Amino acid sequence: MGLIVEAAIKIVIVFGIVLTFLAYLALFERKILGWIQLRYGPNRVGPWGLLQPLADLLKFLFKEDVRPNTPNPVLFTVAPILALVPALMTYAVIPFGDRIVLFGREITLYITSVNVGLLYLFALSGLGVYGIVLAGWASNSKYSLLGGLRSAAQMISYELTLTLSVVGVLIQAGSLDLVEIVRAQSGTYWGIIPRWHVFWYQPLGFLLFFIAAIAETNRVPFDLPEAETELVAGYHTEYSATKFAMFYVAEYANILAVSALATTLFLGGWNGPGAARAPLLGVVYFAAKTAVFLFIYIWLRATLPRFRYDQLMRFGWKVLVPLAFANVVFSSAMALVV
Amino acid sequence: MTTIPISWYLAVAAVLFTIGTVTVFVKRNAIVMLLGIELMLNAANLTLVTFSSYFRELAGQIMVFFVMVVAAAEAAVGLAIVVLLFRHRETLNVDEAQLLKL
Amino acid sequence: MERALFLIFALTAIVAAFNVVLRRHPLQSALALLVVLGALTGLYILLGAYFLAVIQVVIYAGAILVLFLFVIMLLNLRAEEARLERRPLLRWLAIPFAALLGVEIISLVRLFEENPIPSGTSVGVTESIGRELFTTYLLPFELTSILILIALLGAVVLARREGR
Repeated sequence: MGLIVEAAIKIVIVFGIVLTFLAYLALFERKILGWIQLRYGPNRVGPWGLLQPLADLLKFLFKEDVRPNTPNPVLFTVAPILALVPALMTYAVIPFGDRIVLFGREITLYITSVNVGLLYLFALSGLGVYGIVLAGWASNSKYSLLGGLRSAAQMISYELTLTLSVVGVLIQAGSLDLVEIVRAQSGTYWGIIPRWHVFWYQPLGFLLFFIAAIAETNRVPFDLPEAETELVAGYHTEYSATKFAMFYVAEYANILAVSALATTLFLGGWNGPGAARAPLLGVVYFAAKTAVFLFIYIWLRATLPRFRYDQLMRFGWKVLVPLAFANVVFSSAMALVV
Repeated sequence: MTTIPISWYLAVAAVLFTIGTVTVFVKRNAIVMLLGIELMLNAANLTLVTFSSYFRELAGQIMVFFVMVVAAAEAAVGLAIVVLLFRHRETLNVDEAQLLKL
Repeated sequence: MERALFLIFALTAIVAAFNVVLRRHPLQSALALLVVLGALTGLYILLGAYFLAVIQVVIYAGAILVLFLFVIMLLNLRAEEARLERRPLLRWLAIPFAALLGVEIISLVRLFEENPIPSGTSVGVTESIGRELFTTYLLPFELTSILILIALLGAVVLARREGR
């Protein structure tokens, strides 16, 4: 019974923090974009625009929910939920920190640790496609349909790279459990270089994972499903009010999840100087490393132009997939040698 | 803790398999027929996993793994044929695709 | 508890399976199959086959069914119209055959009536399956990779536009 209560409390806390953070992630993105483009960004609501997420939320809630003339009204409503739920379910297995002792009992700083953790995440990322594809279909609009179709092809193609790029980490860490993978990265080589997978021997895997992750989350330069110059807004063209907000939150939830996953798999998760003695410091390290990824995401958005569709497919299948296979072979060879 | 009799799982698998067969027989749309085949494969998978758990023997689950691989290959080739059929005939009705040449 | 979960998953699977055959639109059939797959995942977890449960979602729901959806959307299929009955007498013949099949299923299933699945078994963890795959079943495993390669080439050759 105590275990269930503990798990429930942890779920509430994690979701509270994650959802608040997602709201502010959107604000930070606009602020950083403004900073890069030499303008202010949102600064009207509250000091430094800090209450902007709240204003956005109220606006989304009170706007009229416009529904297109569609033969599939049920699917139209279910699609945003299908996009949002898998995105939020990923946080169940992401290890934010090690364990702490609180009120005389040991509490782990992650909701749960399952022995197929990484496969679970891939399963969720596979399910995330449905929300977008069905939204494109149910909207009964050609822009939405094209956006949905593109997104299906893109996500299937890049999921392959995403999965293959992680195989090297699995070989090195010897476990699918995310907590075990983080534990495998503790300590240092020769007292200086941390034992993170990105340094040894998965730099290529890390690069592939990061590129594929950007494509999985449909962000610039791979944001073809919502390419506004050609498709209006892609799969969510017809969505408004709360349903649009769901897609919006799902996109940021995916970005955050993928950044946290990259930190966990390649950058040593909560590991850092002093984190073994003070577990809460580990959470800070984890957040800092994740924040770096988030910044790179936004930076890329401000910098890079969009791929053309055929370029995207060619890049995915003829560059990334062969490189990912090469990385698998390399990692296996290293596992035999080392 | 009550346990579940093995027959319950087998009954579910049998029902699913029957529905899958009916789908293949009744539907004339090539894609839905492929879906029916997938349903049959899944029903077979369920029996394999059930017996694997019952006998505490891994062979059944390995078999399921292979069935999934074959299902993936089958879906890829089957859907390619479906796309080709649609390109030539503008229909997916298998009854209308009965001539060997155009 | 376990029985309640089993009933939920089993009923979901069967109802959804009926939807696969009863829906007129291919997309709705495909989505019904998605629900069946989800319910089967639940059953696999109840049976302790955790690895297969996850793989089921990754391969079937994440790849195969998305491919189906992709093709259905690409061809922009419409719901099929009701067809004319060609031989109405055959419809009545279905009833005795269905009854026969039902009796057959029940009698077969009753053979295993008193054998409960041992609770809390989990033979299907990733490690044991991997070990078996790469030792006892190495040859079939390698053969499936060739099978997939052939399927890949076949799909590419079939779907390629001619006359280039």
